[in-house]
Amino acid sequence: MSDNGFEPRLIGFLCRWCSYNGADLAGTARLKYPPNMVPIKTNCSGRVEPTHIMKAFADGADGVIIAGCHPGDCHYINGNYRTAGRYPLMEKLLEQLGLEHGRVRLEWVSAAEGDKFARVVGEFTEEIRALGPLGWSEQFKDEAAAVAPEAVTA
Amino acid sequence: MAEEKIGVYICHCGTNIGGKVDVEEVTKWAATQPNVAVAREYKYMCSDPGQDLIKNDIKELGITRAVVAACSPTMHEPTFRKAASDGGLNPYLLQMANIREHCSWVTIDPVAATAKAKRILSAQIHRLPLNEPLEPIEVPVNHDVLVVGGGIAGIEAALKLSATGKHVTLVERNPSIGGHMAMFDKTFPTLDCAACILTPKMSALGKDPNITLMAYSEVEYVEGYVGNFTVKVRKKARYVNTDICTGCGACQEACVVRKVKSEFDQGLGFRSAIYIPFAQAVPLRATIDPAKCLTLSKGKCKQQTCVSACGPGAIDFEQKDEVVELDVGAIIMATGFELWDAAQETRYGYGRLDNVITSLEFERISNASGPTGGEIVCKNGEAPKSVVILHCVGSRDQNYQEFCSRVCCMYSLKFSHLIKEHLPETEVYELYIDMRCFGKNYEEFYRRLMDEGVNFVRGRAAEVTDVALSPDEEGRLVVKTEDTLLGIVRRIPADMVILSAGLSPAHDAKEVSQIFGFGCSANGFYLERHPKLEPVATVTDGIFIAGCCQYPKDIPDTVAQAGAAAAGVLGLVDNDTVKVEPTISYIDPEKCSGCHICVGLCPHNAIQYNEEKNAAEVIEAACKGCGVCVSACGSNVPQQRGYLDVQIFAEIEGALAV
Repeated sequence: MSDNGFEPRLIGFLCRWCSYNGADLAGTARLKYPPNMVPIKTNCSGRVEPTHIMKAFADGADGVIIAGCHPGDCHYINGNYRTAGRYPLMEKLLEQLGLEHGRVRLEWVSAAEGDKFARVVGEFTEEIRALGPLGWSEQFKDEAAAVAPEAVTA
Repeated sequence: MAEEKIGVYICHCGTNIGGKVDVEEVTKWAATQPNVAVAREYKYMCSDPGQDLIKNDIKELGITRAVVAACSPTMHEPTFRKAASDGGLNPYLLQMANIREHCSWVTIDPVAATAKAKRILSAQIHRLPLNEPLEPIEVPVNHDVLVVGGGIAGIEAALKLSATGKHVTLVERNPSIGGHMAMFDKTFPTLDCAACILTPKMSALGKDPNITLMAYSEVEYVEGYVGNFTVKVRKKARYVNTDICTGCGACQEACVVRKVKSEFDQGLGFRSAIYIPFAQAVPLRATIDPAKCLTLSKGKCKQQTCVSACGPGAIDFEQKDEVVELDVGAIIMATGFELWDAAQETRYGYGRLDNVITSLEFERISNASGPTGGEIVCKNGEAPKSVVILHCVGSRDQNYQEFCSRVCCMYSLKFSHLIKEHLPETEVYELYIDMRCFGKNYEEFYRRLMDEGVNFVRGRAAEVTDVALSPDEEGRLVVKTEDTLLGIVRRIPADMVILSAGLSPAHDAKEVSQIFGFGCSANGFYLERHPKLEPVATVTDGIFIAGCCQYPKDIPDTVAQAGAAAAGVLGLVDNDTVKVEPTISYIDPEKCSGCHICVGLCPHNAIQYNEEKNAAEVIEAACKGCGVCVSACGSNVPQQRGYLDVQIFAEIEGALAV
């Protein structure tokens, strides 16, 4: 807990084959990690789009994790390579939108890596706590007409 | 969108959820959420009365959507979707909110856990009105089966499947099937002769009309999905025409290169460059080792004695590898283990000190068909007067493998028995951490060995050395160990030290699992779908695992698992069709500009370009539902059923609304 009592709100996109199962394993093993991240399941990390991440930030998330299978392990042969390819571009895009570095994180978590999943969520929570609230959702409320999520989506 | 009536069902899972999450509070809160018509809690939602709550609400309250907040969907989504379907609701209008694995089990603070449970549930409540009814896609099933690996697990699975009339192709990497079991002399605790119980199965497999045996072959490529796999198998060149080779062995007698270390004999015996690995090999056919054959490696074997010795003229130096394509409906992986490399534990001197041998080497030495003809002798040909067996080499060791290899205690006892049987005067010491004699008649076997006069010393050996400190130790090996029961340090002179090395995953288990598209556990063995309830299935539907590729196990467990894998396969390939998830992509040709981006990105070649419509099209049977095309399209035209953008957006909204 930080002094200001700020609890980061995090979204985690988890691929269903590796990282979602890795998160399940963390549970089965009763590992403990901070409760800040809500998981959203996709079949493959390659399904995650920049708009999903923007949407999360626009709706009040302070940080977003994308987690997929390790390179070579993808259930869809090479879907995670698409993720890996897009990720640096998306980081640049978010940077241009004024987002600090470190609010988005890409991790490879296998179905056997419950401990890694717990560690990553723990680390990320503390990193975002240190960065402080993002506050895009409040900003958007003020400038509702400026950047509506629909406009981002289209 | 029309007004939806959502039913929310929150499970206590005994105290698994209820002990941490305030279920009552979450239920009260859920009842106030948009579109929620009813919110209920129950001790065990997966039980019949729990499922009935959902079914009754569909009938009586006219629920149009449902969310079950409980365990992971991996566990019970099929259960609850079936309940919804039984109640008259399309199963894809039910979602699960995972508040056990992702919430109650991983959170310390109950208040925080309750808040997180609400956020997880809220994501699904927001998503549900956007869910569309979907129908599982029914695809045809190929009735043939591929078994990879020809050890006892693969042999057993193939024979079981063949008995039901299924056609099986068994692919084995080595020139013969038989695996490690074929190398053993006896099996514990019954002391059955391994060859006597294995070779009849090997020979039955070789003759079975329902089984195509592809030995000396490796799987290179797998594509497809449950019921419909296409596999490419490389049949390595044996440089022998196996159709006319009779397995007489005249070529190996005639070969001039005779001092090649035999893999089957663990390098203790020799074979020729052209060889049959062992007398009971199946298929009983010769193979030329291209690295050792003078003709193939250097092009300068003048005599080519094998050619002249071969009556049928089977030798063919021009033979090339052949890649064979197979279509199968299901696959069993039975690729086995490798013995842990004992040279890593340098203090035990393996590879440096003569007469420090591995367990597998001892199997060959004690085997009547082995390099010593079954005589238990040291390197100098003399019988050992003292033998020390070190347990847990590479196992139960944080420096190497943390896990217990499960079979070493028992095979060590078997070794002690064999030594005592052959050499009653020889002193045998077993240095153990714990004796793990867990199976049927195993503890009794341990008792019996105590009566046979074996010395059991509780302690892990510190070192094996040839530095003598007394005349008795001169010219011998000495094992230094603490005897933890006596509380003293001992030096035990020995003429032979057997390292009971643990079982390791095959060196290429990771690569092989990637070819087939399932993963490995942290310890390197193949990952099962569920450690308790699905120990022979993998995350890839239609691919099963059996034997030591999953985890070290003894022969009875391996055989049982092979049978279970065969039953799993049969439950699939005995049907004409199988239902697959309908969460695949679709493309509206009216919106598609025909830019081709998705065509090249699809990992399964499931998108083709239709020139007439100037649009991309999804081949439904080939699409596996990764969603890569959806996220790649600049115009957002492809969409993935079950993972529509609007559905994902709604989940995000819901997760952040609380």
